Amino acid sequence: MRPQDMAFPTYREHGVLYCRGIDPIMPLGLFRGVDQGGWDPIEMKFAMYTIVIGAQTLHATGYAMGIAMDGKVGTEDGEAVIAYFGDGASSQGDVNEAFVWSSVFHAPVVFFCQNNQYAISEPLERQTRVPLYQRAHGFGFPGVRVDGNDVLASYAVTRAALDQARVGQGPTLIEAYTYRMGAHTTSDDPTRYRIASEVEAWQAKDPILRVRRFLEQQGLADQSFFGEVDEQARVEAVKLRERVLELPDPAPVTMFDHVFPNGSPEIDEEREQFTAYLSSFAGEVH
Amino acid sequence: MADVTATGGTITYREAVAEGIAREMRRDPTVVCLGEDIGAAEGVFKTTVGLFKEFGPRRVWDTPISEQAIVGAAMGAAMTGIRPVAEIMFSDFLACCWDYLANEIPKVRYMTGGQVTVPLVVRTANGGGLGFGAQHSQAVENWALAVPGLKVVAPSTPADVIGLMAASIRSDDPVVFFEHKGLFASKGPAAPEGHVVPLGAAAVVRPGADVTLVALASTVPVALRAAETVAAEGIDAEVVDLRCLVPLDMHTVLDSVGRTSRLVIVEENPYQGGWGATVASIVADEGFESLDAPVRRVAAACVPLPFADSLEQVVLPTADKVAAEVRRLAAY
Ligand SMILES: Cc1ncc(C[n+]2csc(CCOP(=O)(O)OP(=O)(O)O)c2C)c(N)n1
Repeated sequence: MRPQDMAFPTYREHGVLYCRGIDPIMPLGLFRGVDQGGWDPIEMKFAMYTIVIGAQTLHATGYAMGIAMDGKVGTEDGEAVIAYFGDGASSQGDVNEAFVWSSVFHAPVVFFCQNNQYAISEPLERQTRVPLYQRAHGFGFPGVRVDGNDVLASYAVTRAALDQARVGQGPTLIEAYTYRMGAHTTSDDPTRYRIASEVEAWQAKDPILRVRRFLEQQGLADQSFFGEVDEQARVEAVKLRERVLELPDPAPVTMFDHVFPNGSPEIDEEREQFTAYLSSFAGEVH
Repeated sequence: MADVTATGGTITYREAVAEGIAREMRRDPTVVCLGEDIGAAEGVFKTTVGLFKEFGPRRVWDTPISEQAIVGAAMGAAMTGIRPVAEIMFSDFLACCWDYLANEIPKVRYMTGGQVTVPLVVRTANGGGLGFGAQHSQAVENWALAVPGLKVVAPSTPADVIGLMAASIRSDDPVVFFEHKGLFASKGPAAPEGHVVPLGAAAVVRPGADVTLVALASTVPVALRAAETVAAEGIDAEVVDLRCLVPLDMHTVLDSVGRTSRLVIVEENPYQGGWGATVASIVADEGFESLDAPVRRVAAACVPLPFADSLEQVVLPTADKVAAEVRRLAAY
């Protein structure tokens, strides 16, 4: 991604968020439930996490049509858009509609499907009978499958697709083939629907371990480099954990914020009444 | 499913959902279930536990993620004479299949001159209080209430879940069945075999003489707690559990208001466009002479639901807010 490119993430794109320069405390505020995240999607070129499955593919399509209309597409320095989604999302009507629209409008958008082979408990076979990347052909644009656990290959394919989009060559579907190692959420128990040996087989394909081996074998990095990186990661993680624990609970009256861009008489009145109600407790010990 | 003998005759609301469906599936071989993660995973809220094991993949369909397809295909399947019970994981996602719920399903019978019926149930986990944020917490019974042709059910106890599930699945009309997320862990007496609660019969769950509290699903326990609070102050509140919005049992409400002369409606949806407005307008229309005080509605603030627990509690109706309104009316 170049600085001018726009990303439309699911709830999994923490890595992309980090690369866009967004403070990682922000999504943690969201997950901890003290705020809505709070980054500026337009400034950071990274839209809000989308939890209603698939919706972001249409947001991305519309955004791509918008920048094309603004004349920001068609040169080597053009803008491009990337939409991330899962294998499960590929069954949603919205996603298929996004494929149709981006195709007929020749929109500069890359559809990046992180195929981790499960949608909560539903296996890939419940979403598709053909490899997902092949679906693109039916919509009239190229589709490519990449080993999603190969960092360099994933980078190369994404870069090529974004560059195609920015020069005006239209959409591409990338299917990054990978595996969801953990549970879907803290309330999910994957042992109900998949076998341990499957998970073990994918453990051996750990993408981080693979780049590490590659860098070692090519002599591009040595032990001290990795030691430094590990230490840096450890320090960052500790710092982040401390910051999470310090996140303040929001003030009650903030619930009325941002419902309408310019306020509304009804909500302004509700806020006033609520503020008066709160101040009636002033001085009381809670 | 809950082993009722092992739990001393009590059952959770969550277990009651699976139990209610299972009873109907045993009784009627044309009942099938479909939805995301309802099979091997037994539902993300564990409301379909045991169904896949007992009835297998021919009658419990794990589907791709597409709410439109779940509800749209349920309609088509219902046209063949089977009785689909379709799950939409979060009621917020009814919006993803709204065409089928607003335009197709409720109008088939009407537009075919009564010749085609679609006896299906759309079940869905509804409501807030668990900190799931703006897109996974809404109480949206009022969305369905706005569409003539849909029946709207929202039980508050495990026994009612079972009894209303039976009535909903047996109903030839399409039913939207709201299961409240905040109630899943609550416990209550198990319903006897063959228990059916007819659609459109409200229940007086606490008799009282001074003020009527009308509630639905999650707000029933809220209203009951408020009634306990004001009882200590000498105010005797009656609590009516509507159980269904369509059909709406206004007879029970008007009868209660006729005795108490005061009405507080407790609803979880935002005040704007909430179901309580319908109840209030009918009481204003047909029960005006019995009223000694204005009708009050305790509803959620007109804002999207925040993630933060502390904020969510401020947005949603609470027993304290209800008790405050009851005191105000009792003073008239
Ligand atoms: C419209 C909609 N339906 C259902 C859900 C519940 N849900 C949350 S995540 C998920 C699975 C998504 O699977 P996939 O698209 O493969 O993404 P993954 O999480 O595996 O990356 C589901 C069904 C939702 N959030 N939105």
